[in-house]
Amino acid sequence: MKFRVERDILTEAVTWVARGLPARPPVPVLAGVLIDARDTGEITLSAFDYETSARTTVPAEVAEAGTVLVLGRLLADIARNLPNKPIDIETDGNKVEVTCGSVHYSLLQMPVAEYPTLPSSPTPTGTVEGTVFTEAVGQVAIAADRGDTLPILTGVRVEVDGDTMTLLATDRYRLAMRELTWQPTASDQNAVALIPARTLSETAKTLGAVANVDIALGDAAGGDGLVGFDAGQRHMTSRLLDGDYPKVAKIFPSSSETEAVVGTHELVEAVKRMALVAERNTPVRLRFSEGQVGIEAGTGDDAQASEVIEATVHGPDLEIAFNPAYLLDGLGALGRQFARLAFTAPLKPALITGQDTIEEPADTSYRYVLQPVRLAG
Amino acid sequence: MSRRQFALPERSSSEPPDDTGCTILHVDMDAFYASASLLAHPELVGTPVIIGGGTRSVVLSATYEARRYGVTSAMPMTRARRLCPIATVLPPDHDLYASISAAVMDTFHDVTPLVEPLSLDEAFLDVSGAVRLLGSPSTIGQHLRDTIADEQGITASVGVASTKFVAKLASGLAKPDGMVVVPHAEVIPFVQQLPVGALWGVGDKTEERLIALGLRTVADIAHTPVETLRRAMGEASGQALHDLAWARDPRRVEPVQRERSIGHDETFGADVDDPAVIHRTLLKLADRAAARLRKHGLVGRTVTIRVRFADFTTITRSKTLSQPTDVSRDLYDTARGLYDALGLQRARLRLVGVRVEGLSDAETTPVQVRLDEPEHSWRDADRAVDRASARFGAGAVRPASLIGDRGRDEGRDRRRS
Repeated sequence: MKFRVERDILTEAVTWVARGLPARPPVPVLAGVLIDARDTGEITLSAFDYETSARTTVPAEVAEAGTVLVLGRLLADIARNLPNKPIDIETDGNKVEVTCGSVHYSLLQMPVAEYPTLPSSPTPTGTVEGTVFTEAVGQVAIAADRGDTLPILTGVRVEVDGDTMTLLATDRYRLAMRELTWQPTASDQNAVALIPARTLSETAKTLGAVANVDIALGDAAGGDGLVGFDAGQRHMTSRLLDGDYPKVAKIFPSSSETEAVVGTHELVEAVKRMALVAERNTPVRLRFSEGQVGIEAGTGDDAQASEVIEATVHGPDLEIAFNPAYLLDGLGALGRQFARLAFTAPLKPALITGQDTIEEPADTSYRYVLQPVRLAG
Repeated sequence: MSRRQFALPERSSSEPPDDTGCTILHVDMDAFYASASLLAHPELVGTPVIIGGGTRSVVLSATYEARRYGVTSAMPMTRARRLCPIATVLPPDHDLYASISAAVMDTFHDVTPLVEPLSLDEAFLDVSGAVRLLGSPSTIGQHLRDTIADEQGITASVGVASTKFVAKLASGLAKPDGMVVVPHAEVIPFVQQLPVGALWGVGDKTEERLIALGLRTVADIAHTPVETLRRAMGEASGQALHDLAWARDPRRVEPVQRERSIGHDETFGADVDDPAVIHRTLLKLADRAAARLRKHGLVGRTVTIRVRFADFTTITRSKTLSQPTDVSRDLYDTARGLYDALGLQRARLRLVGVRVEGLSDAETTPVQVRLDEPEHSWRDADRAVDRASARFGAGAVRPASLIGDRGRDEGRDRRRS
């Protein structure tokens, strides 16, 4: 095998492919990146850890077709540090020679024969705009569970029904849901997939920035618990989580007693300031009354803080306590000028939505439901 | 209960003891577990009785009749049975002990708020604030003894002195069913005629070393230069021994310290390898720990299990929960998860334990509730069980898998705090 490739092209490709490689792989070959040079003037780089696969194709001057497997992170580090000149890569016995100007590396080949077969790239079932996808995944993945108590909650539930796609995640303390419109290849599509949140965030960040994202869901994805994402020359597959996602429909509050509209930025800043004195596990308390919301934190024995900001409040006065980190997650994900907070009672879940002006009705395409904090006694 | 018995020293004066300034009382129930168990077995009063579990456990308590045969607390049951084959062996009834203990502690609190419980059956009291209202310390001591005998049907011994150390020595010498007052003026001769083993903190090892140095009585220690003691026994303990030998004990009566952890162990009657039995035991222990948490108005965050194998190797595993809890179910699920994660392949176990740490007051501890918490949760079920237990006795309502389990009686139970 022998080919020449531009440094920037190789760096970008190998960095993207290798970023998901496990630090301590279960099988040594999984630390490798597979490079396949073809006579068509392209090289394909791929990586796989049994859970997710990444594959990208970039142009190169291929003198001799062939396939090699080399340590992925090492190749990525090398590519990043080479001078900006064309890179020549060729095999020599059991070595891979990397030459760039006067710099020379000789890398060990890993056994290609032992490398597992990557899942084939499934045919897309629809397309979603890259920036919308990145934003939506970012808004929802924050609510996914990071623990290990219920593996299923570490996923984002993606449901498509015709041209509506609904993303949803919860760690049982808060729940985030985003609805968006996508372009399915067939209008009667119906599928549900549970995608590991970490993989999905990573994917959405790196693919959404490139182009529109083609998604393969359901049977089209091979029917064996896979989801596929394609954007430009980047292709990814991820194994889905298995199991029944809890029923969440009844968690959304159906009505509200008190509603407040507050400047998102002002509220975020205030909560951050108050949270400085909210020690581990202690909440920030919000007191809504005519025209304002008072925010305070800290208890008798420790430091305390309070602040009042302007708010448009409808309904009876209400006091409620939240975990500040969870509240900030939700407010930070809104991406809108104003936050609307709707409450039924101090110990019932609150609903947070966003809007661009004080007067307009709530935009419910993104909803964040947060359970308040109570005292254990 | 003191580890060793010493003879009551001769008093230097024949006047009735002057208890002025002797405001510290040490009250110790006599053969508490045995006396309490005999309440339900009046026919056994006056006979040797040993309280303890199966063959594997140790003696929890014994009546004075059994002690005459050489039976002592903490002695292996098999040995006790050999020493006193005619003794009746009764299983311990921890609920009974706990309820009597609580009633006795209430009696103490009627006298003074300064009560420092040492265990279920003994406590220090500082009665300096009660003297004007209730009379001299020895009057109060006698009043306590009478009240406990009247209300609980068991006897207590009381030591009255000006320091904790001397009060505890005095109660040991008063046993059974007596009271010893050590007047302030007689403290030093009282202490100094005792053997060195009577001093606080002197165990078998230290006693051997002191005797090797030719120090047999407390007076010997008192008249040894403190520098010599420090060199021989170490900086701190040399000084401490010297202070105690001159009856200097500045420690005050500290009312209850907060418990740092709550938990129980259970030693199996015979080694167990059946996961179902182990799960059931974990359930029982978790249930009990949770009930105690709720009783004390506490919640805990970290669950630790202890597993001792047949060869006595012991391991612990713990997990910190995302939210503090006092719910039996949460503790059990966590304990069981920790146990299952060990992946034991029918290893033979001698003991399992469940403990909860990271305790805080439920009243002031915030809890992040779950979105899907049902209106009536396990928490409410637990509270209903507590109410039933308060009315009908502990264990009136319990998990179905523990029905028919005489578990509260079997095995050895150690409370750790």
